[in-house]
Amino acid sequence: MAVLLIAETHGADLATDATAKALSAAKAMGEVTVLVAGQGIDGAADAAAKLDGVAKVLKADDAAYAHGLAEPLADLVVSLASGYSHIVAPATASAKNVMPRVAALLDVMVISDVSAVVDADTFERPIYAGNAMQTVKSSDATKVVTVRTSTFDAAGEGGSASVETAAGAGDKGLSAWVEDKVAESDRPELTSAKIVVSGGRGVGSEADFKIIEALADKLGAAVGASRAAVDSGFAPNDWQVGQTGKVVAPELYIAAGISGAIQHLAGMKDSKIIVAINKDEEAPIFQVADYGLVADLFDAVPELTEKL
Amino acid sequence: MKVLVPVKRVIDYNVKARVKADGSGVDLANVKMSMNPFDEIAVEEAIRLKEKGAVEEIVVVSIGVKQAQETLRTALAMGADRAILVVAADDVHTDIEPLAVAKILAKVVEEEAPKMVILGKQAIDNDMNATGQMLAALLGWGQATFASEVVVEGEAAKVTREVDGGLQTIEVKLPAIVTTDLRLNEPRYASLPNIMKAKKKPLEEKTADDYGVDVTPRLSVVKTEEPQGRSAGIKVGSVDELVAKLKEAGVV
Repeated sequence: MAVLLIAETHGADLATDATAKALSAAKAMGEVTVLVAGQGIDGAADAAAKLDGVAKVLKADDAAYAHGLAEPLADLVVSLASGYSHIVAPATASAKNVMPRVAALLDVMVISDVSAVVDADTFERPIYAGNAMQTVKSSDATKVVTVRTSTFDAAGEGGSASVETAAGAGDKGLSAWVEDKVAESDRPELTSAKIVVSGGRGVGSEADFKIIEALADKLGAAVGASRAAVDSGFAPNDWQVGQTGKVVAPELYIAAGISGAIQHLAGMKDSKIIVAINKDEEAPIFQVADYGLVADLFDAVPELTEKL
Repeated sequence: MKVLVPVKRVIDYNVKARVKADGSGVDLANVKMSMNPFDEIAVEEAIRLKEKGAVEEIVVVSIGVKQAQETLRTALAMGADRAILVVAADDVHTDIEPLAVAKILAKVVEEEAPKMVILGKQAIDNDMNATGQMLAALLGWGQATFASEVVVEGEAAKVTREVDGGLQTIEVKLPAIVTTDLRLNEPRYASLPNIMKAKKKPLEEKTADDYGVDVTPRLSVVKTEEPQGRSAGIKVGSVDELVAKLKEAGVV
Protein backbone atom coordinates (compact mmCIF):
# COMPACT_ATOMS: atom_id res chain seq x y z
CA MET A 1 0.00 0.00 0.00
CA ALA A 2 1.31 3.45 -0.92
CA VAL A 3 -0.02 6.56 0.76
CA LEU A 4 0.14 10.15 -0.47
CA LEU A 5 -0.03 12.50 2.51
CA ILE A 6 -0.88 16.12 1.76
CA ALA A 7 1.18 18.28 4.11
CA GLU A 8 -0.47 21.22 5.84
CA THR A 9 1.37 24.50 5.35
CA HIS A 10 1.11 27.94 6.93
CA GLY A 11 2.30 30.25 4.19
CA ALA A 12 5.70 28.88 3.18
CA ASP A 13 6.18 26.94 6.43
CA LEU A 14 5.25 23.37 7.26
CA ALA A 15 2.44 23.11 9.84
CA THR A 16 4.46 20.46 11.58
CA ASP A 17 2.01 19.43 14.30
CA ALA A 18 -0.97 18.78 12.00
CA THR A 19 1.20 17.10 9.36
CA ALA A 20 3.03 14.88 11.89
CA LYS A 21 -0.25 13.75 13.49
CA ALA A 22 -1.78 12.89 10.11
CA LEU A 23 1.47 11.08 9.32
CA SER A 24 0.89 8.78 12.30
CA ALA A 25 -2.51 7.85 10.86
CA ALA A 26 -1.12 7.52 7.33
CA LYS A 27 1.66 5.15 8.44
CA ALA A 28 -1.05 2.70 9.53
CA MET A 29 -2.22 2.56 5.90
CA GLY A 30 1.10 2.02 4.08
CA GLU A 31 4.36 3.59 2.92
CA VAL A 32 4.06 7.37 3.05
CA THR A 33 5.04 9.93 0.42
CA VAL A 34 4.43 13.52 1.56
CA LEU A 35 3.30 16.18 -0.92
CA VAL A 36 4.29 19.73 0.03
CA ALA A 37 2.58 22.27 -2.22
CA GLY A 38 3.00 26.03 -1.99
CA GLN A 39 5.31 28.83 -3.00
CA GLY A 40 8.88 29.10 -1.72
CA ILE A 41 8.46 25.90 0.24
CA ASP A 42 12.00 24.45 0.20
CA GLY A 43 12.19 24.74 3.98
CA ALA A 44 8.80 23.10 4.45
CA ALA A 45 9.79 20.21 2.17
CA ASP A 46 13.03 19.69 4.10
CA ALA A 47 11.12 19.76 7.39
CA ALA A 48 8.71 17.13 6.06
CA ALA A 49 11.63 14.95 4.95
CA LYS A 50 12.90 14.88 8.53
CA LEU A 51 9.66 13.44 9.93
CA ASP A 52 9.99 9.86 11.08
CA GLY A 53 8.53 7.33 8.66
CA VAL A 54 8.40 9.46 5.51
CA ALA A 55 9.67 7.50 2.49
CA LYS A 56 9.77 10.41 0.05
CA VAL A 57 8.78 14.06 -0.25
CA LEU A 58 7.28 15.57 -3.39
CA LYS A 59 7.66 19.32 -3.66
CA ALA A 60 5.32 21.34 -5.89
CA ASP A 61 6.54 24.93 -5.80
CA ASP A 62 4.27 27.22 -7.80
CA ALA A 63 2.41 30.49 -7.26
CA ALA A 64 -0.82 28.61 -8.02
CA TYR A 65 -0.50 26.80 -4.67
CA ALA A 66 0.49 29.81 -2.55
CA HIS A 67 -2.91 30.42 -0.99
CA GLY A 68 -4.40 26.95 -0.87
CA LEU A 69 -7.00 27.55 -3.60
CA ALA A 70 -8.95 24.32 -3.99
CA GLU A 71 -9.11 24.03 -7.78
CA PRO A 72 -5.39 24.03 -8.71
CA LEU A 73 -4.46 22.06 -5.59
CA ALA A 74 -7.04 19.35 -6.31
CA ASP A 75 -5.83 19.12 -9.92
CA LEU A 76 -2.25 18.70 -8.66
CA VAL A 77 -3.20 15.93 -6.23
CA VAL A 78 -5.21 14.12 -8.91
CA SER A 79 -2.28 14.38 -11.36
CA LEU A 80 -0.11 12.56 -8.79
CA ALA A 81 -2.76 10.09 -7.58
CA SER A 82 -2.03 7.06 -9.72
CA GLY A 83 0.01 4.49 -7.85
CA TYR A 84 -1.36 5.47 -4.46
CA SER A 85 -3.97 3.42 -2.62
CA HIS A 86 -4.63 6.19 -0.11
CA ILE A 87 -4.63 9.99 -0.22
CA VAL A 88 -4.58 11.43 3.27
CA ALA A 89 -4.57 14.88 4.86
CA PRO A 90 -5.12 16.34 8.32
CA ALA A 91 -8.75 17.52 8.70
CA THR A 92 -7.91 21.22 8.60
CA ALA A 93 -10.05 23.90 6.94
CA SER A 94 -7.79 23.83 3.87
CA ALA A 95 -7.88 20.04 3.49
CA LYS A 96 -11.65 19.97 4.05
CA ASN A 97 -11.87 22.40 1.14
CA VAL A 98 -9.66 20.37 -1.20
CA MET A 99 -10.04 16.66 -0.40
CA PRO A 100 -13.73 16.16 -1.33
CA ARG A 101 -12.91 17.82 -4.67
CA VAL A 102 -10.04 15.37 -5.14
CA ALA A 103 -12.32 12.44 -4.26
CA ALA A 104 -15.03 13.46 -6.73
CA LEU A 105 -12.47 13.91 -9.51
CA LEU A 106 -11.32 10.33 -8.80
CA ASP A 107 -14.96 9.15 -8.59
CA VAL A 108 -14.55 7.94 -5.00
CA MET A 109 -16.11 8.93 -1.68
CA VAL A 110 -14.19 11.06 0.78
CA ILE A 111 -13.94 9.76 4.33
CA SER A 112 -13.84 12.85 6.54
CA ASP A 113 -12.54 13.40 10.05
CA VAL A 114 -11.28 9.87 10.68
CA SER A 115 -10.62 9.25 14.39
CA ALA A 116 -9.17 5.73 14.09
CA VAL A 117 -7.70 3.54 11.35
CA VAL A 118 -9.06 0.00 11.82
CA ASP A 119 -7.33 -1.40 8.74
CA ALA A 120 -6.39 -0.11 5.28
CA ASP A 121 -10.05 -0.08 4.14
CA THR A 122 -11.86 0.50 7.43
CA PHE A 123 -12.08 3.72 9.37
CA GLU A 124 -13.87 5.07 12.44
CA ARG A 125 -15.33 8.58 12.41
CA PRO A 126 -17.70 10.64 14.54
CA ILE A 127 -21.17 11.42 13.19
CA TYR A 128 -24.08 13.46 14.59
CA ALA A 129 -21.73 15.98 16.24
CA GLY A 130 -19.93 13.19 18.06
CA ASN A 131 -23.12 11.62 19.44
CA ALA A 132 -22.18 8.41 17.65
CA MET A 133 -19.01 6.80 16.36
CA GLN A 134 -19.37 4.97 13.07
CA THR A 135 -16.98 2.47 11.51
CA VAL A 136 -17.16 2.34 7.71
CA LYS A 137 -15.48 0.11 5.15
CA SER A 138 -14.63 1.62 1.78
CA SER A 139 -15.05 -0.30 -1.47
CA ASP A 140 -13.34 2.42 -3.50
CA ALA A 141 -10.07 1.81 -5.36
CA THR A 142 -8.50 4.91 -3.81
CA LYS A 143 -9.27 5.92 -0.26
CA VAL A 144 -9.41 9.69 0.20
CA VAL A 145 -9.23 10.38 3.92
CA THR A 146 -9.00 13.37 6.23
CA VAL A 147 -7.73 12.69 9.71
CA ARG A 148 -8.92 14.20 12.98
CA THR A 149 -5.52 15.21 14.33
CA SER A 150 -6.56 15.41 17.99
CA THR A 151 -6.80 11.62 18.23
CA PHE A 152 -3.35 10.80 16.84
CA ASP A 153 0.07 11.43 18.39
CA ALA A 154 2.51 13.41 16.29
CA ALA A 155 5.19 11.38 14.53
CA GLY A 156 8.66 12.35 15.71
CA GLU A 157 11.70 13.49 13.78
CA GLY A 158 14.62 11.37 12.68
CA GLY A 159 13.75 10.70 9.05
CA SER A 160 15.92 11.60 6.08
CA ALA A 161 13.68 11.16 3.06
CA SER A 162 14.69 12.36 -0.38
CA VAL A 163 12.95 15.43 -1.80
CA GLU A 164 11.82 15.32 -5.42
CA THR A 165 10.22 18.03 -7.48
CA ALA A 166 6.70 17.40 -8.72
CA ALA A 167 5.52 19.13 -11.89
CA GLY A 168 2.63 21.54 -11.40
CA ALA A 169 -0.76 20.82 -12.94
CA GLY A 170 -1.56 24.33 -14.11
CA ASP A 171 -4.20 26.76 -12.96
CA LYS A 172 -7.49 27.22 -14.80
CA GLY A 173 -8.05 30.48 -12.92
CA LEU A 174 -11.51 29.58 -11.61
CA SER A 175 -10.84 31.49 -8.42
CA ALA A 176 -8.31 34.05 -7.25
CA TRP A 177 -6.95 34.96 -3.85
CA VAL A 178 -7.81 38.47 -2.63
CA GLU A 179 -6.62 38.68 0.98
CA ASP A 180 -6.12 36.86 4.25
CA LYS A 181 -7.18 38.35 7.57
CA VAL A 182 -5.18 36.26 9.93
CA ALA A 183 -4.79 37.43 13.49
CA GLU A 184 -1.13 37.71 14.50
CA SER A 185 -0.68 36.19 17.90
CA ASP A 186 2.15 35.06 20.13
CA ARG A 187 -0.13 32.46 21.66
CA PRO A 188 0.24 28.80 20.72
CA GLU A 189 -1.93 27.44 17.94
CA LEU A 190 -5.30 26.21 19.23
CA THR A 191 -5.17 22.65 17.91
CA SER A 192 -1.61 21.95 19.12
CA ALA A 193 -1.59 23.89 22.42
CA LYS A 194 -0.88 21.98 25.64
CA ILE A 195 -3.37 24.17 27.52
CA VAL A 196 -6.54 25.79 26.17
CA VAL A 197 -8.66 28.34 28.05
CA SER A 198 -12.11 28.82 26.52
CA GLY A 199 -14.92 31.24 27.19
CA GLY A 200 -18.59 30.91 26.42
CA ARG A 201 -21.76 32.93 26.33
CA GLY A 202 -21.33 33.56 30.09
CA VAL A 203 -18.39 35.86 29.39
CA GLY A 204 -20.95 38.33 28.10
CA SER A 205 -18.95 40.62 25.82
CA GLU A 206 -15.89 40.98 23.64
CA ALA A 207 -14.35 43.34 26.21
CA ASP A 208 -14.80 40.83 29.03
CA PHE A 209 -13.04 38.12 26.97
CA LYS A 210 -9.90 39.91 28.19
CA ILE A 211 -10.16 38.01 31.49
CA ILE A 212 -10.13 34.70 29.58
CA GLU A 213 -7.13 35.90 27.57
CA ALA A 214 -5.31 37.01 30.72
CA LEU A 215 -5.61 33.52 32.21
CA ALA A 216 -4.49 31.98 28.93
CA ASP A 217 -1.45 34.25 28.75
CA LYS A 218 -0.50 33.44 32.34
CA LEU A 219 -0.54 29.73 31.44
CA GLY A 220 1.02 30.11 27.98
CA ALA A 221 -2.23 28.72 26.64
CA ALA A 222 -4.29 29.11 23.49
CA VAL A 223 -7.69 30.83 23.70
CA GLY A 224 -10.86 29.05 22.60
CA ALA A 225 -14.53 29.91 22.52
CA SER A 226 -17.89 28.23 22.30
CA ARG A 227 -20.08 28.67 19.25
CA ALA A 228 -22.42 30.85 21.29
CA ALA A 229 -19.55 33.21 22.14
CA VAL A 230 -18.44 33.40 18.49
CA ASP A 231 -21.99 33.86 17.18
CA SER A 232 -22.48 36.69 19.70
CA GLY A 233 -19.35 38.42 18.42
CA PHE A 234 -17.37 38.01 21.67
CA ALA A 235 -14.61 36.05 19.94
CA PRO A 236 -13.34 35.56 16.36
CA ASN A 237 -14.43 32.54 14.33
CA ASP A 238 -11.03 30.87 14.37
CA TRP A 239 -11.29 30.44 18.15
CA GLN A 240 -14.38 28.23 17.93
CA VAL A 241 -14.01 24.82 19.53
CA GLY A 242 -16.62 22.23 18.59
CA GLN A 243 -17.91 19.89 15.95
CA THR A 244 -18.10 22.63 13.32
CA GLY A 245 -15.07 24.51 14.62
CA LYS A 246 -11.77 23.14 15.83
CA VAL A 247 -11.31 19.84 17.62
CA VAL A 248 -8.76 20.01 20.42
CA ALA A 249 -7.29 17.55 22.92
CA PRO A 250 -4.86 19.47 25.15
CA GLU A 251 -3.40 18.32 28.47
CA LEU A 252 -5.59 20.87 30.22
CA TYR A 253 -8.84 22.45 28.99
CA ILE A 254 -10.39 25.21 31.09
CA ALA A 255 -13.99 26.08 30.15
CA ALA A 256 -15.34 29.28 31.68
CA GLY A 257 -18.96 30.31 31.24
CA ILE A 258 -19.56 27.43 28.82
CA SER A 259 -22.72 25.41 29.40
CA GLY A 260 -21.46 22.39 27.45
CA ALA A 261 -23.69 21.88 24.42
CA ILE A 262 -23.00 18.53 22.71
CA GLN A 263 -21.63 20.46 19.75
CA HIS A 264 -18.95 21.97 22.00
CA LEU A 265 -18.22 18.76 23.90
CA ALA A 266 -17.52 17.03 20.57
CA GLY A 267 -14.62 19.45 20.09
CA MET A 268 -12.90 19.06 23.46
CA LYS A 269 -13.95 15.93 25.32
CA ASP A 270 -10.72 14.11 24.47
CA SER A 271 -8.77 16.64 26.54
CA LYS A 272 -6.75 14.99 29.30
CA ILE A 273 -8.00 17.16 32.15
CA ILE A 274 -11.10 19.33 31.88
CA VAL A 275 -11.85 22.17 34.30
CA ALA A 276 -15.28 23.80 34.24
CA ILE A 277 -16.10 27.13 35.85
CA ASN A 278 -19.78 28.00 35.67
CA LYS A 279 -22.25 29.58 38.05
CA ASP A 280 -25.01 27.19 36.96
CA GLU A 281 -24.36 23.96 38.84
CA GLU A 282 -26.70 22.11 36.47
CA ALA A 283 -24.61 23.00 33.38
CA PRO A 284 -23.88 19.85 31.32
CA ILE A 285 -20.19 20.81 31.14
CA PHE A 286 -19.85 19.51 34.72
CA GLN A 287 -20.75 16.01 33.52
CA VAL A 288 -17.46 15.80 31.60
CA ALA A 289 -15.28 17.96 33.85
CA ASP A 290 -12.59 16.43 36.05
CA TYR A 291 -12.69 19.48 38.28
CA GLY A 292 -15.80 21.61 38.46
CA LEU A 293 -16.04 24.93 40.24
CA VAL A 294 -19.51 26.41 40.70
CA ALA A 295 -18.67 30.10 40.77
CA ASP A 296 -19.09 33.38 38.94
CA LEU A 297 -16.37 33.39 36.32
CA PHE A 298 -15.81 37.12 36.85
CA ASP A 299 -14.57 36.29 40.36
CA ALA A 300 -13.02 32.89 39.79
CA VAL A 301 -11.06 33.46 36.57
CA PRO A 302 -9.13 36.57 37.75
CA GLU A 303 -8.44 34.82 41.07
CA LEU A 304 -7.17 31.76 39.23
CA THR A 305 -4.98 33.96 37.02
CA GLU A 306 -3.50 35.53 40.12
CA LYS A 307 -2.89 32.29 42.01
CA LEU A 308 -1.39 30.14 39.26
CA MET B 1 -29.41 35.11 -12.31
CA LYS B 2 -30.82 31.84 -11.07
CA VAL B 3 -29.60 30.22 -7.85
CA LEU B 4 -29.97 26.56 -6.92
CA VAL B 5 -30.08 25.67 -3.23
CA PRO B 6 -29.91 21.98 -2.24
CA VAL B 7 -31.45 21.25 1.16
CA LYS B 8 -31.30 18.11 3.31
CA ARG B 9 -33.83 16.69 5.73
CA VAL B 10 -31.98 15.73 8.91
CA ILE B 11 -32.66 15.05 12.56
CA ASP B 12 -33.74 18.28 14.29
CA TYR B 13 -30.83 20.23 15.76
CA ASN B 14 -32.31 20.01 19.27
CA VAL B 15 -32.94 16.25 19.31
CA LYS B 16 -30.30 14.00 20.83
CA ALA B 17 -29.26 11.29 18.38
CA ARG B 18 -29.52 7.73 19.70
CA VAL B 19 -27.69 4.78 18.23
CA LYS B 20 -29.89 1.91 17.01
CA ALA B 21 -29.54 -1.33 18.94
CA ASP B 22 -28.33 -3.21 15.85
CA GLY B 23 -25.47 -0.72 15.31
CA SER B 24 -26.55 0.11 11.77
CA GLY B 25 -26.89 3.81 12.47
CA VAL B 26 -28.87 6.37 14.42
CA ASP B 27 -32.57 5.82 15.15
CA LEU B 28 -34.65 8.18 12.99
CA ALA B 29 -38.05 6.52 13.29
CA ASN B 30 -40.57 8.88 14.93
CA VAL B 31 -37.89 11.49 15.51
CA LYS B 32 -38.47 15.18 14.77
CA MET B 33 -36.80 16.06 11.47
CA SER B 34 -35.95 19.53 10.14
CA MET B 35 -33.93 21.29 7.49
CA ASN B 36 -30.17 20.98 8.02
CA PRO B 37 -29.23 24.25 9.81
CA PHE B 38 -26.41 25.06 7.37
CA ASP B 39 -28.91 24.66 4.50
CA GLU B 40 -31.28 27.14 6.17
CA ILE B 41 -28.41 29.60 6.04
CA ALA B 42 -27.98 28.78 2.32
CA VAL B 43 -31.68 29.40 1.60
CA GLU B 44 -31.54 32.66 3.57
CA GLU B 45 -28.47 33.83 1.63
CA ALA B 46 -30.20 33.14 -1.68
CA ILE B 47 -33.24 35.12 -0.52
CA ARG B 48 -31.05 38.04 0.58
CA LEU B 49 -29.29 38.06 -2.80
CA LYS B 50 -32.73 38.13 -4.42
CA GLU B 51 -33.83 41.00 -2.18
CA LYS B 52 -30.69 42.90 -3.23
CA GLY B 53 -31.59 42.37 -6.87
CA ALA B 54 -28.66 40.10 -7.68
CA VAL B 55 -30.88 37.01 -8.11
CA GLU B 56 -34.13 36.53 -10.01
CA GLU B 57 -35.11 32.98 -9.19
CA ILE B 58 -34.37 30.55 -6.34
CA VAL B 59 -34.84 26.84 -7.01
CA VAL B 60 -34.53 24.47 -4.04
CA VAL B 61 -33.82 20.77 -4.45
CA SER B 62 -33.78 17.90 -1.99
CA ILE B 63 -32.54 14.36 -2.53
CA GLY B 64 -33.67 11.60 -0.21
CA VAL B 65 -36.95 10.16 0.99
CA LYS B 66 -40.40 11.38 -0.03
CA GLN B 67 -40.81 13.14 3.32
CA ALA B 68 -38.13 15.63 2.23
CA GLN B 69 -41.08 17.37 0.57
CA GLU B 70 -41.76 18.99 3.99
CA THR B 71 -38.22 20.40 4.00
CA LEU B 72 -38.75 21.84 0.54
CA ARG B 73 -42.05 23.43 1.64
CA THR B 74 -40.16 25.09 4.50
CA ALA B 75 -37.67 26.53 2.00
CA LEU B 76 -40.55 27.73 -0.21
CA ALA B 77 -42.18 29.35 2.81
CA MET B 78 -38.93 31.16 3.60
CA GLY B 79 -38.94 32.61 0.08
CA ALA B 80 -37.67 30.13 -2.52
CA ASP B 81 -39.65 30.17 -5.79
CA ARG B 82 -39.95 26.51 -6.73
CA ALA B 83 -38.77 23.09 -5.66
CA ILE B 84 -37.52 19.79 -7.05
CA LEU B 85 -37.76 16.62 -4.99
CA VAL B 86 -35.54 13.73 -6.09
CA VAL B 87 -36.71 10.56 -4.39
CA ALA B 88 -33.69 8.29 -4.00
CA ALA B 89 -34.60 6.16 -0.97
CA ASP B 90 -37.66 4.59 0.70
CA ASP B 91 -36.31 4.09 4.21
CA VAL B 92 -35.73 7.21 6.33
CA HIS B 93 -32.52 5.54 7.58
CA THR B 94 -30.93 5.49 4.12
CA ASP B 95 -28.37 8.26 3.81
CA ILE B 96 -27.46 9.01 0.21
CA GLU B 97 -23.70 9.62 0.11
CA PRO B 98 -22.37 13.05 -0.88
CA LEU B 99 -20.82 11.64 -4.08
CA ALA B 100 -24.18 10.31 -5.33
CA VAL B 101 -25.94 13.50 -4.20
CA ALA B 102 -23.37 15.57 -6.09
CA LYS B 103 -23.88 13.45 -9.23
CA ILE B 104 -27.65 14.00 -9.12
CA LEU B 105 -27.15 17.71 -8.43
CA ALA B 106 -24.79 17.94 -11.41
CA LYS B 107 -27.64 16.66 -13.62
CA VAL B 108 -30.07 19.13 -12.06
CA VAL B 109 -27.56 21.92 -12.74
CA GLU B 110 -27.34 20.83 -16.40
CA GLU B 111 -31.11 21.20 -16.72
CA GLU B 112 -31.57 24.34 -14.64
CA ALA B 113 -28.37 26.20 -15.60
CA PRO B 114 -28.05 28.28 -12.40
CA LYS B 115 -25.23 30.82 -12.05
CA MET B 116 -24.60 29.80 -8.47
CA VAL B 117 -25.31 26.83 -6.21
CA ILE B 118 -25.38 27.65 -2.50
CA LEU B 119 -25.16 24.69 -0.11
CA GLY B 120 -24.63 24.16 3.61
CA LYS B 121 -21.00 23.32 4.34
CA GLN B 122 -22.01 20.11 6.06
CA ALA B 123 -25.08 18.19 7.19
CA ILE B 124 -25.40 17.67 10.93
CA ASP B 125 -26.10 13.94 10.47
CA ASN B 126 -23.12 12.45 8.63
CA ASP B 127 -20.91 15.55 9.19
CA MET B 128 -19.04 14.71 5.96
CA ASN B 129 -18.55 18.29 4.67
CA ALA B 130 -18.25 17.16 1.06
CA THR B 131 -21.25 17.70 -1.24
CA GLY B 132 -20.44 21.26 -2.35
CA GLN B 133 -16.80 20.54 -3.12
CA MET B 134 -17.75 17.34 -4.96
CA LEU B 135 -20.37 19.12 -7.05
CA ALA B 136 -17.82 21.82 -7.95
CA ALA B 137 -15.41 19.09 -9.08
CA LEU B 138 -18.00 17.29 -11.22
CA LEU B 139 -19.07 20.55 -12.90
CA GLY B 140 -15.53 21.88 -13.27
CA TRP B 141 -16.61 25.04 -11.43
CA GLY B 142 -14.79 27.15 -8.90
CA GLN B 143 -15.71 26.79 -5.25
CA ALA B 144 -15.92 29.16 -2.29
CA THR B 145 -16.47 27.07 0.82
CA PHE B 146 -17.23 28.00 4.46
CA ALA B 147 -18.52 31.44 3.47
CA SER B 148 -19.15 34.20 5.99
CA GLU B 149 -19.83 36.89 3.37
CA VAL B 150 -20.93 36.70 -0.27
CA VAL B 151 -20.92 39.69 -2.62
CA VAL B 152 -21.92 39.20 -6.26
CA GLU B 153 -19.99 41.55 -8.56
CA GLY B 154 -20.88 41.07 -12.23
CA GLU B 155 -19.52 37.75 -13.46
CA ALA B 156 -17.76 36.91 -10.21
CA ALA B 157 -18.48 36.61 -6.49
CA LYS B 158 -16.25 37.92 -3.75
CA VAL B 159 -16.49 35.47 -0.88
CA THR B 160 -15.00 35.73 2.60
CA ARG B 161 -14.27 32.28 4.03
CA GLU B 162 -13.80 31.05 7.59
CA VAL B 163 -10.40 29.33 7.65
CA ASP B 164 -8.20 27.99 10.45
CA GLY B 165 -6.21 31.17 11.06
CA GLY B 166 -9.07 33.64 10.61
CA LEU B 167 -10.67 34.79 7.37
CA GLN B 168 -9.70 34.48 3.71
CA THR B 169 -11.28 36.42 0.88
CA ILE B 170 -11.29 34.96 -2.63
CA GLU B 171 -12.92 35.92 -5.88
CA VAL B 172 -14.58 33.09 -7.74
CA LYS B 173 -15.78 33.22 -11.35
CA LEU B 174 -19.43 32.48 -11.97
CA PRO B 175 -20.94 29.96 -12.29
CA ALA B 176 -19.65 28.79 -8.92
CA ILE B 177 -20.37 26.77 -5.81
CA VAL B 178 -20.67 28.51 -2.43
CA THR B 179 -20.95 26.61 0.86
CA THR B 180 -22.19 28.37 3.96
CA ASP B 181 -20.65 28.68 7.40
CA LEU B 182 -22.42 29.66 10.61
CA ARG B 183 -21.74 33.39 10.53
CA LEU B 184 -23.05 34.09 7.02
CA ASN B 185 -26.50 35.17 8.20
CA GLU B 186 -29.32 34.41 10.60
CA PRO B 187 -32.10 32.59 8.77
CA ARG B 188 -35.62 34.03 8.98
CA TYR B 189 -38.67 32.22 10.21
CA ALA B 190 -41.44 31.65 7.72
CA SER B 191 -44.58 33.64 8.48
CA LEU B 192 -47.96 31.93 8.53
CA PRO B 193 -49.19 33.65 5.34
CA ASN B 194 -45.97 32.59 3.60
CA ILE B 195 -46.41 29.02 4.81
CA MET B 196 -49.90 29.05 3.26
CA LYS B 197 -48.58 30.58 0.02
CA ALA B 198 -45.77 28.00 -0.12
CA LYS B 199 -48.34 25.23 -0.49
CA LYS B 200 -49.23 26.63 -3.91
CA LYS B 201 -45.66 27.03 -5.17
CA PRO B 202 -44.57 24.42 -7.74
CA LEU B 203 -42.88 21.25 -6.49
CA GLU B 204 -41.71 18.83 -9.14
CA GLU B 205 -41.10 15.20 -8.19
CA LYS B 206 -38.33 13.11 -9.76
CA THR B 207 -36.35 9.98 -8.93
CA ALA B 208 -32.62 9.19 -8.93
CA ASP B 209 -33.33 6.87 -11.91
CA ASP B 210 -34.67 9.83 -13.92
CA TYR B 211 -31.14 11.20 -13.78
CA GLY B 212 -29.49 7.81 -14.38
CA VAL B 213 -27.41 8.07 -11.21
CA ASP B 214 -26.43 4.96 -9.26
CA VAL B 215 -26.80 5.78 -5.56
CA THR B 216 -25.22 2.56 -4.26
CA PRO B 217 -23.02 3.56 -1.31
CA ARG B 218 -19.25 3.31 -1.56
CA LEU B 219 -18.90 3.10 2.21
CA SER B 220 -20.58 0.26 4.09
CA VAL B 221 -21.37 0.65 7.77
CA VAL B 222 -19.53 -1.91 9.89
CA LYS B 223 -20.89 -0.64 13.19
CA THR B 224 -22.22 2.41 14.97
CA GLU B 225 -21.61 2.90 18.68
CA GLU B 226 -22.27 5.37 21.44
CA PRO B 227 -19.14 7.45 21.99
CA GLN B 228 -16.97 6.53 24.92
CA GLY B 229 -18.42 8.23 27.91
CA ARG B 230 -16.41 10.50 30.11
CA SER B 231 -17.35 10.33 33.77
CA ALA B 232 -17.81 13.43 35.83
CA GLY B 233 -14.99 14.17 38.23
CA ILE B 234 -15.27 16.14 41.42
CA LYS B 235 -16.55 19.56 42.39
CA VAL B 236 -14.02 21.78 44.09
CA GLY B 237 -15.12 24.36 46.63
CA SER B 238 -12.71 27.19 45.86
CA VAL B 239 -10.09 28.52 43.49
CA ASP B 240 -7.41 27.51 46.01
CA GLU B 241 -8.62 23.92 45.96
CA LEU B 242 -8.68 23.98 42.15
CA VAL B 243 -5.10 25.29 42.01
CA ALA B 244 -4.00 22.54 44.42
CA LYS B 245 -5.68 19.83 42.30
CA LEU B 246 -4.11 21.12 39.08
CA LYS B 247 -0.67 21.19 40.70
CA GLU B 248 -1.23 17.67 42.02
CA ALA B 249 -2.11 16.52 38.49
CA GLY B 250 1.05 18.19 37.20
CA VAL B 251 -0.67 20.17 34.45
CA VAL B 252 0.30 23.64 35.68
